Amino acid sequence: MKRLHTLSGHTFALLLAVLGALLMFVVPQFLKNYGIYLLTYWLIFIIATMGLNLTIGYAGQKSLGHAAFFGIGAYTVAILMKAGFSFWLGLPAAALICFVVGLILGFPALRVQAIYLAFATLGFNTAIWLVMRNEEWLTGGTFGINNIARPAVLGYSLEGNLAYYYFVLAVALLASGLLWGLLRSPWGKAFKALRDNPIRAESLGIDIRNYTLLSFAIGAVYAGVAGALFASLVQFIEPAPFNVAASIMMYLMVVVGGAGYFLGPIVGAAVGVVLPEWLRDVPGVANWYLPMFGAAVVLLMVWLPDGLLSIPDRMRARREAREASAARASAAGKIGGKS
Amino acid sequence: MSQSIHTSLLKVTDLKKAYGAIQAVGGVSFEVMPGEIFGVIGPNGSGKTTMFNSVLGQISPDAGSIELHGKNITGLSPLELSRRGVGRTFQTLQVFGKMTVRDNLIVAAQEHQGNMLSRMFAPGDSGLGAKADALIDQFRIRHVAGSLAGTLSYGQQKLVDIAMAFMAEPDLVLLDEPCAGVNPSLVGGISTLLKDLNRNPKFGKKASFVVIEHNMDFVMDLCHRIMVMVEGRVLAIGTPAEIRGNKAVLDAYLGN
Repeated sequence: MKRLHTLSGHTFALLLAVLGALLMFVVPQFLKNYGIYLLTYWLIFIIATMGLNLTIGYAGQKSLGHAAFFGIGAYTVAILMKAGFSFWLGLPAAALICFVVGLILGFPALRVQAIYLAFATLGFNTAIWLVMRNEEWLTGGTFGINNIARPAVLGYSLEGNLAYYYFVLAVALLASGLLWGLLRSPWGKAFKALRDNPIRAESLGIDIRNYTLLSFAIGAVYAGVAGALFASLVQFIEPAPFNVAASIMMYLMVVVGGAGYFLGPIVGAAVGVVLPEWLRDVPGVANWYLPMFGAAVVLLMVWLPDGLLSIPDRMRARREAREASAARASAAGKIGGKS
Repeated sequence: MSQSIHTSLLKVTDLKKAYGAIQAVGGVSFEVMPGEIFGVIGPNGSGKTTMFNSVLGQISPDAGSIELHGKNITGLSPLELSRRGVGRTFQTLQVFGKMTVRDNLIVAAQEHQGNMLSRMFAPGDSGLGAKADALIDQFRIRHVAGSLAGTLSYGQQKLVDIAMAFMAEPDLVLLDEPCAGVNPSLVGGISTLLKDLNRNPKFGKKASFVVIEHNMDFVMDLCHRIMVMVEGRVLAIGTPAEIRGNKAVLDAYLGN
């Protein structure tokens, strides 16, 4: 137990991540198609919510428009592939378009904050969703776009579920590695400073305008890449998964996992997309899953407002408070003894 | 940069700012010389903070000019002012609560190095670790350097808050009530720290200050010159001894 304590939080998290990645590599070999599909689905939502965690958790910008970027990514790939272009053109195009639109969505955030920003982004999501639903010539409307192919890499087809899973896993690892690097660079501190106190940040020379816009744009790129992967996974897209409800669900995933915790999205996406799928087959639970999930979120917000991954921090804070009060008590005892 | 010794560091000329019918600042002029600690005192509502915020780009003045090193800086944003070497603290505590004390200090200077792109690939501490540690030792907050700033006591946060303003080696620091809410023993500590930062800093150049403060002993002891403001105007500017002996100041502010 003592040894565990001497491990720093970072080292511990890193060990956990390496162990997790190894498991993610081996486990699918023993799963059936549906299990592999579900894990892929999870990874895609991890990528998407990782981006949202940057926007909300690190930079403090309350965005309720993330599913719109997820959708823009998915439709970009689907439309380009239908037009005969390769997935390998579609993926960077999705990322680029999301970056630009994300930058644009960042502008309202320079004027309004908190709940007002949430409403502005929600309006943005609704507008994008309406385009997806109504512009049939482009998006197929409610009929959507089907038969989206899966790509091949260096002549090796990713058509099979397992092959595609490993591809998505590689993208997820790359995406999380890049985000990890970004957050450990001075940019990570600037984002947190923006979140904690924008006025002070500006007075210290932090260009809060640039960092606000970039927190949206980079977050949007993650959603766009995830959306592109999603289109190729499900091979049929229509507007529903990209509506406002989906954005709210993504926000919940970030919050439930722990906003501002690097591994939060992994937990959040598990609770948000994997758990309900699992529980669907459990008799008696399926019909009650959503009410139970809702109640669990309410309880979580009351007792653990910083999310599930804040539990270790809370335990540490409690231990430190206990030690500090014990130290004070013993110091007081000594003073008392002298007099 | 062969500036003569008589060139002022900060020069404020006929600054005016009104809120509706209320003339919060009505034509204030003063100069701060390099190396100087310049105090600003006055009763509540005398326009000290409005003057401060106009100089610091938080609000735009109605009239008047502000010069730094002889260059016009009127109306520049807080961001621009920081880049030009003006640091500040606020009347209320302004630390980054969910970052460690050390990170608070590092982030306070990192944007003064390189550009956005180079900072993306820079080490996490931007090479500012040693400087942060020097300030941490000077401010005697070593024991809380790894704690989240938001979890510290008020006095400790105040120290972090002040230290942050000095990380980027500013030429001029504007301190808005550095002793507000601080216990008497710490007031002495803050005074010593500011004198050190003014006369023999651990790194960088010697900083000049403008200090708003209500604690009269603190101001009289620390400042080279003091400006007394009453109802948006300058009542007197002089050395602590001159201010103490000024009859108008005694009547208007210090009381008999």
